[in-house]
Amino acid sequence: MDSVRSDRNGASSRIPVALKILIAGGFGAGKTTMVGSVSEIRPLQTEEVLTGVEGADDTGGVEGKTTTTVTMDFGRITITEDLQLYLFGTPGQDRFWFLWDELSEGALGAVVLADTRRLADCFPSIDYFEQRGTPFVVAVNCFDPDQRFGADAVGRALDLDEGVPVVLFDAREPMGARNVLIELVEYVARRQLAAAASR
Amino acid sequence: MQADRPRVTHDWLDYDAGPVVRPYAMTQGRVAPEGNEFDLVAFVVATPSDEPGPETLQPEHHAIVAASWEPISVVELASALDLSIGVVRVLLGDLRSAGLISLYEPPAASQPHDVDVLKAVVNGLRAL
Repeated sequence: MDSVRSDRNGASSRIPVALKILIAGGFGAGKTTMVGSVSEIRPLQTEEVLTGVEGADDTGGVEGKTTTTVTMDFGRITITEDLQLYLFGTPGQDRFWFLWDELSEGALGAVVLADTRRLADCFPSIDYFEQRGTPFVVAVNCFDPDQRFGADAVGRALDLDEGVPVVLFDAREPMGARNVLIELVEYVARRQLAAAASR
Repeated sequence: MQADRPRVTHDWLDYDAGPVVRPYAMTQGRVAPEGNEFDLVAFVVATPSDEPGPETLQPEHHAIVAASWEPISVVELASALDLSIGVVRVLLGDLRSAGLISLYEPPAASQPHDVDVLKAVVNGLRAL
């Protein structure tokens, strides 16, 4: 539970607190760009055991294959020496949902990236976080400066629950991505305070 | 017998081709660690010891110990050592059993995040 180190360890530093934030959205929505714009981005190999694959696909010729390699992006933001923020770009394809379960376990929250030209691409992410009860904000990546929708219009189109923030931003700009993260953390704090007050 | 032929260098065995050894060969085929699973953001710290550890330890085990003199998260370890997260978990299980590392799990997922911590995160992000 707590992260207090015991005396038998050599290093003198304390164990930091690490918080996970997921960056989700459809293919090409800007997940990697966003992670890379606010943190040093690094690849993470995950080789996962496939379970229950029989009959799911035509596995002729690869019957012996029971693991699959997925590379995902992660980045770290050091808030203080004792407080670190980890960003995980979630794998886009549906067949990697099993990775999401682990990533969202204990996560602070999620950013769902939306592209107004392909809004439906982010529906699965929104469904997923709604079902798991993971707090999320929707960040509309403004690729095309001429094609602007208001945040309200996007929120209505996505049929979001009341209070879920929708932010317009440019994933390529560090300040844009940073502001989305601030919006998410403030939203989580508001939810936490509201939950505490209603108890 | 063709064993005496000069060795051919294989141009295709470069970095881009990926590892030549299948990931779970390093773990003798084990895909789950001994004992509990570790969170992605659990922290690992090497335990100082004069013992070299069991002889069964492989170079990858030693690389993990060497990288964790300062607290390091499981994901950082996997990325730094270019090993897949599943493999790192199995190796960490071995090291824990051997008493060579300590693991610090993050608070339980069911616990709400501390609002003071969230405020510190917001302030930290604003300062970026």
